[in-house]
Amino acid sequence: MVNTILIISMFIIGISFLLVTVRFLLGTSVVDRVVALDVLTISSVGLIVLLAHFFHRGIYIDVSIVYAILSFIGVIIIAKYLEKSL
Amino acid sequence: MPYLVSLALLLLQNTLKKAYSMEALQIAGALLTLLGSLFILFAAIGLLRMPDVYNRIQAGTKASTLGSILTLLGIGLCHPEWLLKIGLLILFVIISNPVSSHVLGRAAHFAGIPLSKRTHIDTLKEYRDKELTVKEEQQ
Repeated sequence: MVNTILIISMFIIGISFLLVTVRFLLGTSVVDRVVALDVLTISSVGLIVLLAHFFHRGIYIDVSIVYAILSFIGVIIIAKYLEKSL
Repeated sequence: MPYLVSLALLLLQNTLKKAYSMEALQIAGALLTLLGSLFILFAAIGLLRMPDVYNRIQAGTKASTLGSILTLLGIGLCHPEWLLKIGLLILFVIISNPVSSHVLGRAAHFAGIPLSKRTHIDTLKEYRDKELTVKEEQQ
């Protein structure tokens, strides 16, 4: 019961990955691509925590914390570069 | 502040383990995770359908923030022993994600990406023009 619902939610996150990847390849400006990358990272943080449930490893949550911090710093740096203040 | 949050989370973890059976907690966590993944799907659809960069930032970032928070909370209810780390992760997502979307929208506006034709009011434009003239006078 529980594992079935979690597998269904993993599939839904996979479908949203495909949709966001379409916007990432198709996006008309740089900011579009950066927003798509941000959404990909945030949803993959949730996906890594789901994998931690399926593999029974608590250490994967640390991986997702580091991934969230790196994505935040990356987006801030790209935005500062676009604003020509870096 | 993070110390207080972690203390509250430890207290919550102990009370959750005592008060409810493991089955009910796991089913509630799975339903929360399903709701969160649906919100992530809404974020992806909004990112595809919206007409403008700024609308895409709004739709994508807000919905994906709520979706990831619900997903993490659901897994935290499934495994109450991970609730401390997951609480820290939720706190970081709540703080960092609106900040990054705000900075991105500001950078897009200052880089001169046009708004969609249906937008009527643009208050940031006056501020931007004033700041640009101040910079030119300084040079």
